[in-house]
Amino acid sequence: MSSIIHGAGAATALSTFNPVDSKKLTNLSVRSQRYIVAGSEASKKKSFGSALTVRHSQKLIPNAVATKEADTSTSTGHELLLFEALQEGLEEEMDRDANVCVMGEDVGHYGGSYKVTKGLADKFGDLRVLDTPICENAFTGMAIGAAMTGLRPVIEGMNMGFLLLAFNQISNNCGMLHYTSGGQFTIPVVIRGPGGVGRQLGAEHSQRLESYFQSIPGIQMVACSTPYNAKGLMKAAIRSENPVILFEHVLLYNLKEKIPDEDYICNLEEAEMVRPGEHITILTYSRMRYHVMQAAKTLVNKGYDPEVIDIRSLKPFDLHTIGNSVKKTHRVLIVEECMRTGGIGASLTAAINENFHDYLDAPVMCLSSQDVPTPYAGTLEEWTVVQPAQIVTAVEQLCQ
Amino acid sequence: MALRLRSSLSKSNFFNILRYNNLGFGTASQTTRHLRTHDPTTLLRVSQNPITRFCNTMAEKLSSVGEHEDANAQVMDFPGGKVAFTPEIKFISESSKERVPCYRVLDDNGQLITNSHFVQVSEEVAVKMYSDMVTLQIMDNIFYEAQRQGRLSFYATTIGEEAINIASAAALSPQDVIFPQYREPGVLLWRGFTLQEFANQCFGNKSDNGKGRQMPVHYGSNKLNYFTVSATIATQLPNAVGAAYSLKMDKKDACAVTYFGDGGSSEGDFHAALNFAAVMEAPVLFICRNNGWAISTPTSDQFRSDGLVVKGRAYGIRSIRVDGNDALAMYSAVHTAREMAITEERPILIEALTYRVGHHSTSDDSTRYRSADEIEWWNKARNPLSRLRTWIESNGWWSDEEESDLRSRIKKEMLEALRVAEKTEKPNLENMFSDVYDVPPLNLREQERQVRQTIKSYPQDYPSDVPL
Repeated sequence: MSSIIHGAGAATALSTFNPVDSKKLTNLSVRSQRYIVAGSEASKKKSFGSALTVRHSQKLIPNAVATKEADTSTSTGHELLLFEALQEGLEEEMDRDANVCVMGEDVGHYGGSYKVTKGLADKFGDLRVLDTPICENAFTGMAIGAAMTGLRPVIEGMNMGFLLLAFNQISNNCGMLHYTSGGQFTIPVVIRGPGGVGRQLGAEHSQRLESYFQSIPGIQMVACSTPYNAKGLMKAAIRSENPVILFEHVLLYNLKEKIPDEDYICNLEEAEMVRPGEHITILTYSRMRYHVMQAAKTLVNKGYDPEVIDIRSLKPFDLHTIGNSVKKTHRVLIVEECMRTGGIGASLTAAINENFHDYLDAPVMCLSSQDVPTPYAGTLEEWTVVQPAQIVTAVEQLCQ
Repeated sequence: MALRLRSSLSKSNFFNILRYNNLGFGTASQTTRHLRTHDPTTLLRVSQNPITRFCNTMAEKLSSVGEHEDANAQVMDFPGGKVAFTPEIKFISESSKERVPCYRVLDDNGQLITNSHFVQVSEEVAVKMYSDMVTLQIMDNIFYEAQRQGRLSFYATTIGEEAINIASAAALSPQDVIFPQYREPGVLLWRGFTLQEFANQCFGNKSDNGKGRQMPVHYGSNKLNYFTVSATIATQLPNAVGAAYSLKMDKKDACAVTYFGDGGSSEGDFHAALNFAAVMEAPVLFICRNNGWAISTPTSDQFRSDGLVVKGRAYGIRSIRVDGNDALAMYSAVHTAREMAITEERPILIEALTYRVGHHSTSDDSTRYRSADEIEWWNKARNPLSRLRTWIESNGWWSDEEESDLRSRIKKEMLEALRVAEKTEKPNLENMFSDVYDVPPLNLREQERQVRQTIKSYPQDYPSDVPL
């Protein structure tokens, strides 16, 4: 497989996904700065194509957890929390393009229930940061209509679970109208909101909507997990001409990280290499990334070398990055928060089996939440979510 | 003064305000004093609200409901404004004694009703309206027959509702954006969609704007500001509110116009959209074609209110009921409503009473649930075309000769358009996968490759009229 880093001129890192480029390159023409940095760090790790991986390596690998990528990119930068990163991305895009607007419940002067839109109403006015009555189907529909006439709305679902009420508009109108109108009308909306299992939020507020939405043709789905990619994905999603659903996680809003001062976006279709490794590929996204990294620490101490990839792009999957990883390690573990049945992991397992069957030395294993509504009791809730101990056991099992 | 209690006000402010506008425990004179004077400290507190709103069109004042000046009246400030109390237990009746009257200008025979108010139409506009109504009728009949003959897969006629379609379109400007349900091709026709273009969409050939992806009658034209029909009922209503919002933000001299039927008013989206439009003060016209039937469901099984017009008030929306088969009345109502919507930045609800003369679609046989006599009666006695025709003839703007000329010309054009559309090539296979996204992603390109591979292996199973 040819080198992954191509077409990576500095300018392209800042450009939007250019349709012309994609015809010449693969789908993934623009590499985020972060990935290039991680690649160079891992250069001592050597050839991706090499099949000569040593299992149960005796030497301990010093970097158990991914290096803080942002440190190496720029010496300056500023530290902020994930929700502030989202807000910064949103604000920058609203500054850059007067058509970008926000719609949702309590997004205006209240600043949003997770403060992602804090301060925006004061700066941009009520018309651009719109407080709506409580009807998700209506304001999603409204945003779609507005998008068809030239605005670029960012729809906030107070909790992703509430967007189930907007399913009709998202599926039938948002996903389909570009196609059924013969390309006459574009719907450049961004639908975002917090989802996932939180701390005792109850069953209805702990939904993983990525599994329900993944079949809708015409939409893209991405999940952010760090302040860096939150801001980058937010900006890329707003600039995209396609409808994009950006999944945030309730428990990740207070993550702190240093991000670059300059303008950057993250490619919507690209996965993120969190920790290069040789023994096994662990695919994950959103909050589970942190459980995986915690398990990775334990695994490293036990002598394993896991490669951790944050898939980020839930629809479509970045099979390029994932494939390269599978070809290197030959073992795959998927760790997700979705339920077992019909989740992202289920689709990813199918995709990997179909495409990379020859490279697998073991069946693809998928760790997911059970097919139960999330209980309120804290202890039970914890056990519906995949824990680091389970990840360690699964890796040991796979690497036997 | 009606205070709007916002979450931004601190809790202490809230209680202070409550204390000043006391809960009517004082004497009558005290109460009225509170009603009339502005306590300066209260005012100060409110205006010291540090959050100011830019570009705001929020209704600053909500009209107080039932502001009493009686000596014994006590009033309370609930969130939302003052409300008078009453010691009588009185329910608001579920219906008024009389139904809301219906605005009409031409009587059943096409004669102008004396003392009627209407917006004057020029000869040019009136003749174009009538010609387009005739064209629509002929187009419907020919397409319907074509479906019955097996040349078209599906069709839905607009018979009986031509006046709503054409007259409303005539009253709008080309910049007004239309969000149709599926029984409004007349609006497109008025704006210049050709018979050939209609036929192309119905046959799904490569000249179709929609690239052959949707079923017949699901027209769409970006150029003519007519948004592609989405088959789901009433989902276009919130879309229209959003478009209206967008137009308002851009300060355009245009409004959004959306159509739906009596059945569509039962959908949640209808209620949400009306509520939203009122709150957002969006310049949108909600035109309901109350044609009596939602497939086989009569309006008595659809809702129990006095039609649609009374629902507007529930959401704070100005409404009017119009005779949908009276082209002049429709024109005037839509024209006036449009002015109001744009200048006053408000939504308007127009209920157009009419009758669905045709079947719901070619998949329906309406004689199974309604009498053929009823259909016949509406088709003959209440025909919108004949009423307008009488009026324009009485003005000397039309004649029998022009009628027959028009009809034969349109029929010929229509049959030709059908013939050409039928013969035109279908869009090629690539269009099955394009436009799902702006650029086809890897998985779709892969799937297209797989389909083409399958076709290569089994060429005899692939339809001969779809080019590769």
